[in-house]
Amino acid sequence: MTVPSTLESVNALEKAAEEFATRSGFDEDTAPNIAMAVREAAINAVMHGNAYDTGKTVTASFESTSDSLVIRIADQGPGLDPGSVPDPLAPENILRGSGRGIFLIRAFMDEVHFRLLHPGTELTLIKHRTPAQPSA
Amino acid sequence: MSMKVSTRQVDGVTILDLSGRITLGEGSVTLRDAVRDVLGKGSRKILLNLGDISYIDSSGIGELVSAFTSVKNAGGELKLLNLTKKVHDLLQITKLYTVFDIKDDEASAVSSFS
Repeated sequence: MTVPSTLESVNALEKAAEEFATRSGFDEDTAPNIAMAVREAAINAVMHGNAYDTGKTVTASFESTSDSLVIRIADQGPGLDPGSVPDPLAPENILRGSGRGIFLIRAFMDEVHFRLLHPGTELTLIKHRTPAQPSA
Repeated sequence: MSMKVSTRQVDGVTILDLSGRITLGEGSVTLRDAVRDVLGKGSRKILLNLGDISYIDSSGIGELVSAFTSVKNAGGELKLLNLTKKVHDLLQITKLYTVFDIKDDEASAVSSFS
């Protein structure tokens, strides 16, 4: 799906992710966490990547495989270097009012990959199935 | 679903009862405005009741931290009351659980303010 760079898109992608994760067999504890990771990725794309530019869009894809859920979120911004993001757990950053999005994405997903698109950044979020979460 | 705030006073403590979602956009702004408003009216003992907060994102977490530092910088205290499991878990993950003074009983929370 391709959506405009708006807060409504963030909410829509979060909702789509939770529905997809649930439909794919993830339980009621895991699906909201996947949705939250997608929300944070979408916020990054809309706010930091595309900077709310109405001329730029965010593209998302959802794929369910036999062993994983794979979600890709891409923006058309200047490109994000994940190494440049300060550690939000460091004592000097703990009271900052922002900068926890990528940390939460990593906390809730099993794998997070960044790819520069020139222009833009694509995040690939992967959640592996556990034996209790067979492919639906 | 937006966030709603109602304010009440109990024994000199300003309690903000929050409900809904504290997320990027409306929820975070509503919280920021509410804390700014009670600070502007002179409140320095502020208790955020999060019992009816169903969801919070990184922006909402950041707003809680900003509220905490704003009140502290104004010479006051801000404490949290009635965390849901989701909010509790997020504050644990982000290591903010030990930053905030967190209570689960309103009466003892009110009496804990100096």
